[in-house]
Amino acid sequence: MMENDPATSSRPVEAPVPSSATGAARNKRYTLVQRVLREAGIGIALLLMILAFSTLAPHFTDESNITNILTQVTINLIMATGMTFVILVGGIDLSVGSVLAFSAMVGGLVLKTEGLPVPVAIILAVLSSVLVGMGCGFINGFIASFWNVPSFIVTLGMLNVARGAALEVTNARTLFEFPNEFNAFGTASVLGVPAIFLVALALVIVGWVILSRTVFGRMIYAIGNNEEAVRLSGHNTFYYKVAVFVISGLTVGIGAIIYMARLTIASPILGNGFELNAIAAVIIGGTSLSGGRGSLIGTFLGACLIGVLADGLILMGVGDFVRQMITGGVIILAVIVDTYRARFALRV
Amino acid sequence: METEPPILELRGLTKRFPGVVALDSVDLALATGEIHALVGENGAGKSTLIKLLCGGYRPDDGEMWFSGAPYHPATPLDALKAGIRVVYQEFSLLPFLSVAENLFFDRLPRRYGVFVENRTLNQRARVLLERVGLEVDPETPVEHLGIAQRQLLEIAKALAFESRLLILDEPTATLTPREIGRLFEIIRELRASGVTVIYVSHHLSEIFELCDGVTVLRNGRRVASLPISETNGSEIVHLMVGRELEVALAAGRKATTVRLGPPAIEVKDLRFRGSQHGISFELHYGEILGLAGLVGSGRTETLRAIFGADTRDGGEVYRNGKRIVLRNPRNAVKHGICLLTENRKEEGLVLPMPVRVNITLTDLARISEVGWLDGRNEREVANKSVADLDMRVASLEQAVVDLSGGNQQKVVIAKWLFRNAEILMLDEPTRGIDVGAKAEIHDLLRRLAEAGKAILVVSSEIPELVALCDRILVLLRGRLAGEVGREEFNEARILALACGEPAPAGIRRGGSVAGGPSGNAGDRGVPGSSGQSA
Repeated sequence: MMENDPATSSRPVEAPVPSSATGAARNKRYTLVQRVLREAGIGIALLLMILAFSTLAPHFTDESNITNILTQVTINLIMATGMTFVILVGGIDLSVGSVLAFSAMVGGLVLKTEGLPVPVAIILAVLSSVLVGMGCGFINGFIASFWNVPSFIVTLGMLNVARGAALEVTNARTLFEFPNEFNAFGTASVLGVPAIFLVALALVIVGWVILSRTVFGRMIYAIGNNEEAVRLSGHNTFYYKVAVFVISGLTVGIGAIIYMARLTIASPILGNGFELNAIAAVIIGGTSLSGGRGSLIGTFLGACLIGVLADGLILMGVGDFVRQMITGGVIILAVIVDTYRARFALRV
Repeated sequence: METEPPILELRGLTKRFPGVVALDSVDLALATGEIHALVGENGAGKSTLIKLLCGGYRPDDGEMWFSGAPYHPATPLDALKAGIRVVYQEFSLLPFLSVAENLFFDRLPRRYGVFVENRTLNQRARVLLERVGLEVDPETPVEHLGIAQRQLLEIAKALAFESRLLILDEPTATLTPREIGRLFEIIRELRASGVTVIYVSHHLSEIFELCDGVTVLRNGRRVASLPISETNGSEIVHLMVGRELEVALAAGRKATTVRLGPPAIEVKDLRFRGSQHGISFELHYGEILGLAGLVGSGRTETLRAIFGADTRDGGEVYRNGKRIVLRNPRNAVKHGICLLTENRKEEGLVLPMPVRVNITLTDLARISEVGWLDGRNEREVANKSVADLDMRVASLEQAVVDLSGGNQQKVVIAKWLFRNAEILMLDEPTRGIDVGAKAEIHDLLRRLAEAGKAILVVSSEIPELVALCDRILVLLRGRLAGEVGREEFNEARILALACGEPAPAGIRRGGSVAGGPSGNAGDRGVPGSSGQSA
């Protein structure tokens, strides 16, 4: 038996084992302040910012300004929702801005097809726009996962491909004169809230439910944290890694339709640089760029924060250029905060 | 006896880590131009000693003298400057740079202080490559070299530094017999030119062929330093083990009940990636089978090949008598086969996620309906796992990163039990786990075997296998060197098999053991009787 075998029990280990890993009582409890900072830091930041602008920026709390902010936030929020899925598995999608333009152009062409009854045209336009987005997403995800190429590179390629395709389908023409019923949706409101914002909010809620309540969501988080462990647990990670890009494409397709309705045009130069806003919202919202940690609530708050910041600064008369610098600074700040949070969560 | 002072002298060298004394007051003296073997089981303190010599650790006590002067390396660079160099098992080469650049990486010949003088560089490299007998163009990128060539390149690199003390850590683990022969020639040439060599190896035949003296470490202490001509393989094995270990068979379970049923899994002629030899064995329900062997013997590779975690070069696996296809972990899991990898933190657990999530990760279908997670059900089953395995966790929501090693390992076991795995393959199940938790894991494995699970355990600690298993297979350089049944368990015998020492009972004098390193490979049965004459 083991008791007459001292070597089994008292053999020294060659490498130093960190005492923290062996100590049984390493049940670290975070203080309330730490917890709040970790979970709700972004929400507090947003509240403080709203308070500050309420006193500093003229007309900030006017109803028309609030409507304006919600409208401005909408597109970014929709795209950031899909982007959150991609970033949670440790990927990135740089193509969303260009794919938005491509989806919009295809959707716009369908919408303007001669001879179709307006409701049918609208439905087909939405479908085609969403399908284009999902198709581009599938290509991104498939290439990145099948050949194990960094999604950064693949989607950078798609950024150019989709932009070219958007220009090619109408030969760089801008589409306009959409049906009135379609354009009306862009300015419609329900109980004072812009309808398009409600669509974005619905997407966030659906996404949040998927991420927190379904097997699919569980797998997204697990893969983002440790793909190898998930693979060795007997799962096919490929499917999930492709699926997140398709989801990103889906939100881009929806975003394209909504953007068209708001602008009443479809132009192949739409969405330039949108990918950076979407990524910024996700990161400011506390989702880790290395994957596995974050939530759509954070993304929602992050997108709102970017929108409020831009709006408040404009009202205060801060110029475009300075505004851009400040927004950039906030993104950098968010990433620095994120590294502290990561160290916090994983002190091995 | 030499009259000149030793080139390296250690006096009372001690290194402590929290909870253990890794090196306990070790004395050692090496003569200039000596090839000295350093042997000991895993955990005996070899690595610690090497790290102290090369400046990786600082001693807590004792002194080191090198070339007649006190020697206190604070960093590996100090060691290099003093002329001490370690050639590790894992290579420290830069794969995309050329052979020559790797050799002179930190001292590239330059023109105007900026540009590399390639011609001079390659000329110097050629001289060194010739010395070690490595026939490659100095401009070849290192990534194109084979493992043996890289090993030689590492040694050439050591020569480039004009090292006076060379420490070779298991240098032959990945070499073929012919390459080993060439390596030995080089080491002997080095000795002739006055370089002193510390040779760390488990392969006793190599030590007798090559070395002048041997030092045996056990549990951090030096138990003996002997001239090689005054000892033999079985003496060294017994010095390493420290005692004749007779195992009580009354370990709480009947060894005889085990092999009644049909095998749970049969492995036929399995060749893991890069292996030339097939491995065959059976594992029965209710049995704990051990897999012993040295570093590089293919223990981990065998498990990973069965599980489908890595590709394999050949072989068939039968499950309940039927041949099954195991192309990836998914296939294996479907057939009730699971693998607990040796690095549970990297491959076994999703560290930042809660205990609950880690337990249910293997079978989310069980706690969900059409894709919707049933939170209450999940908490119930997770709570049951925690209770069944006696895990000490603050709550189900605690991140596994915050658990102790023993409890982490329990989470990994729990997640496979949740999947109803019937065949558990465990790679170093108690590495880095403290003593109490280790006994708990052992108890748990015994209980699982009693409940009918088939268990395959790989461990570097032979005492652990002896305490735990019903039967032990010994691997040597990728093939089965022998099988030992519980009634014949004997630590020295297992170690001897693993070291390629044919039989610890037979006494062979130094030079005569110089045969190939894989002398008795293929022997399924155990040669000789269990009565030891040593």
